Amino acid sequence: MQISLFITCYNDTLFPQTGKAVVSVLEKLGHSVEFRPAQTCCGQMHYNTGYQQEALPMMEHFLEVYRGAEVVCIPSSSCVAMIRDHYPKMAAASGDASIKRAVKNLLPRVFEFTELLVDHLGVTDVGAFFPHAVALHPSCHSLRSLKLGDRPAKLLGNVRGLTLVDLPNSEECCGFGGTFAIKNADVSAAMLSDKIHSLLNSGAEICAAVDNSCLMHIGGALSRQRSGMRVLHLAEILASRDGLEAAK
Amino acid sequence: MSSYVGDAADAPKFQTAAKNLVRNTQVRHNVKRATDVIRNKRAKVVAEMPDWEQLRDSGHEIKQHVMRHLDFYLEQFEKNCTAAGGTVHWARDADEANSIIVGLVKAQQAKEVIKVKTMTSDEIRLNVALEKAGITPYETDLADLIVQLGEDKPSHIVVPALHRNRMEIRQIFLDKMNLTELSDKPEDLAGAARSYLREKFLRVPVAISGANFAIADTGSICVVESEGNGRMCISLPRVLISLVGIEKIIPTFQDLEVFLQTLPRSATGERMNPYNSIWTGVTPDDGPQEFHVVLLDNGRTKVLADREARETLDCIRCGACLNACPVYRQTGGHAYGSMYGGPIGAILTPQLQSMQHSQTLPYASSLCGACYEVCPVKINIPEILVHLRGKVVENGDAPFEEKMAMKAAAWVLESPEHMDRARKLGRIAQKPFVTNGVIKHLPFGLDAWTSVRDLPAMPAESFREWWVKREKGSNG
Amino acid sequence: MSSARDEILERVRDAMGGSTANRDADYTAIPRNYVRQGSLDVEAKLELLVDRLNDYGATVFHAANGDIAAHVAVALKSRGKGSLLIPRDLPRAWLPDGFQFFREGSNYHEVDASEGVLTDCAVAIAATGSIVLRHSAGEARRALSLIPDYHLCVVFANQVVETVPEGIQQMKAFATIPITTIAGPSATADIEMIRVKGVHGPRTFDVILVA
Repeated sequence: MQISLFITCYNDTLFPQTGKAVVSVLEKLGHSVEFRPAQTCCGQMHYNTGYQQEALPMMEHFLEVYRGAEVVCIPSSSCVAMIRDHYPKMAAASGDASIKRAVKNLLPRVFEFTELLVDHLGVTDVGAFFPHAVALHPSCHSLRSLKLGDRPAKLLGNVRGLTLVDLPNSEECCGFGGTFAIKNADVSAAMLSDKIHSLLNSGAEICAAVDNSCLMHIGGALSRQRSGMRVLHLAEILASRDGLEAAK
Repeated sequence: MSSYVGDAADAPKFQTAAKNLVRNTQVRHNVKRATDVIRNKRAKVVAEMPDWEQLRDSGHEIKQHVMRHLDFYLEQFEKNCTAAGGTVHWARDADEANSIIVGLVKAQQAKEVIKVKTMTSDEIRLNVALEKAGITPYETDLADLIVQLGEDKPSHIVVPALHRNRMEIRQIFLDKMNLTELSDKPEDLAGAARSYLREKFLRVPVAISGANFAIADTGSICVVESEGNGRMCISLPRVLISLVGIEKIIPTFQDLEVFLQTLPRSATGERMNPYNSIWTGVTPDDGPQEFHVVLLDNGRTKVLADREARETLDCIRCGACLNACPVYRQTGGHAYGSMYGGPIGAILTPQLQSMQHSQTLPYASSLCGACYEVCPVKINIPEILVHLRGKVVENGDAPFEEKMAMKAAAWVLESPEHMDRARKLGRIAQKPFVTNGVIKHLPFGLDAWTSVRDLPAMPAESFREWWVKREKGSNG
Repeated sequence: MSSARDEILERVRDAMGGSTANRDADYTAIPRNYVRQGSLDVEAKLELLVDRLNDYGATVFHAANGDIAAHVAVALKSRGKGSLLIPRDLPRAWLPDGFQFFREGSNYHEVDASEGVLTDCAVAIAATGSIVLRHSAGEARRALSLIPDYHLCVVFANQVVETVPEGIQQMKAFATIPITTIAGPSATADIEMIRVKGVHGPRTFDVILVA
């Protein structure tokens, strides 16, 4: 199967190692990965901040880029939620029949990374090795929009050497919320404080998630506080064959 | 005529109010404890219900149905209430409602009124209007009494005084109830309130209430409560005035079967709250012999007209969204500048004011969706928040720097070439600030992020640059 | 110059973009897949009611039809009371000798000075422990079961339904008569979230369940 990767604007720029890990995992499973270079952004930041007009061309561009793609893989649940929850609405509001058609056509072929592995490829063991204690932070989009459920945990559960620890109050939002982290920095920080507290109480060495957006925020505090804990996107754990060294 | 919501038009921006509140250790401690208690109780009694999701669905559909036919149901309610001896008044906005109510109280030559909890009366600033007219209102809900005597503002829809601790409440009661001694034990504080209010219940001839539900097919009002002050106010005085937002209508008496299950479980985590009172018009020899309903618009028809935000009016004021909200958890209700706080407040308060004020409230959310999960009538609050943000931007009320930044970002994200250019610029600009792959401080007021968190530096090679290299390599 | 009523109704109609037709069909189409009918047998239903009543601190006395008066006496003795107010139409057969029963007084202070009140009820809902008073006949006007500090209520087994929807269904028959539902003594958690019982309304509530 030809899997088309939508790396997402922020992963492309700040977390290329997540994209490399996704490619590595999928290729090791015997699939071919393509990267359409015209890709840009799903439009979430603008849409959620109230600049819905600016998000429209980004949606149209996305639809154009992935025309004819067999399957689109996205290592970011918030971007998938944007596409799944809002593209149909935006398409309907545009009144443009071809856009509506394109959305209807493409949406069933868009998957978040763990959805792709578990649902579409039927895989829960990718043969990874990662001998560390890991706490899984269920990002809000993965929990409530995509309802990923236990897919991420199942995948981590099959990683050799990995101990998945319980995260207290795991379902509480970390406080990132996109532009919220900037516009409401004080409250964002207060929410982050509670999340860090839960993480440090969990006994984990690594905080993992399916979204680098949350991890950027959580990791930023963990590093600022010299906490001794780091963050890692789930894909990078799944790509690991030799423990933390590769991820460092 | 314009609608207003208490003092919300003068309230500081959410960010400004929140800044101080997150530093208030008592508020944060009290809010966390209160919301934890109710959250846990709610979770337990909801888990008991095998048909909870079905009840939510029906609650949602019943309310949506009412909104589709609101004109019919308002008229049906009026007809049935009038036939039973009640008098129905209509108020286009807060000032008109106040004028009607003050007039009704004055007609009794009454100098005092007792009030059952009604946030709608806070919304229209009724107490201010009454006092201006020389009428003293006595709040009888314990928390509202604490807030009133403490000359304070409510901070939660269901437990408005949760920001107070017992020592403060004791002091307020000592000062305002003319007591010489009083312990700070909750039982004794409640006992002091009981004595203070009891003589008023038995004496004051006019009461003002709100309504949880106004039932169209019978013309009845239903008040849901725990303390018994509601029962006192609606059945002992000679005259009763109920202030009812037009969205409180439900079609039939039978429909109570849904809401009387979902409201108590959501609001206080009980299978059923201690007391519900249902009455219709006037009953000879029992209770008030003069009964008035004041139906209030005050911006609700504007909300109704906005198709995408209309379901805001479905709210049954349970407060579950406040308890679930991780933002509310850090600030409490005062940050929202309105008696309607938390997620529902963030969408209701600005809309009732036609988006003229409180424009920072739709941004007081990380869009986590916890509120939507617990709402007993399934209001899609996150969706409405994003919709209202769109309105703020459309109305030109977004901050200038933000507009510029979003414009610049839209340019960057327009094409891979633009992204490339921005990346190259960024790598140069970030150089002075990077240590060990991390940026600890950004200058020129850009430090909203870095004042609290480290920021990862842009790696030297983006994903697509790596990919291109890899392709080139494999292509020989 | 249109009235407020006309203006508001017009605003409502404008907001909806013209009135929608078929309101009845629209109402009937509302999905109702929640539980509307109980499934417990009589014994289990009564057990559930008793469990809920005990849960909120009501003492339950179990009586048979012929000995209600004896149980009223037991309840009064247990609470150290010698007299109760009663509604005008309360059956005389329920009143034991050796105690005083006053037919409802006319002013609130008289009611306030009483030791308590004895009423019957209209419906009881087992799932929530709710006792429903219909304020006429045997339950009397609302003030009578509200102002006294003690409320003793007689509930017959055949008045007990399992679910809230069944309870509402029963209540429809007297929907426009004043109704009070009781599910516990008055309570507040407004002070530091600590639940305190007995703010206004009777602080003690007992039930005589007649099987």
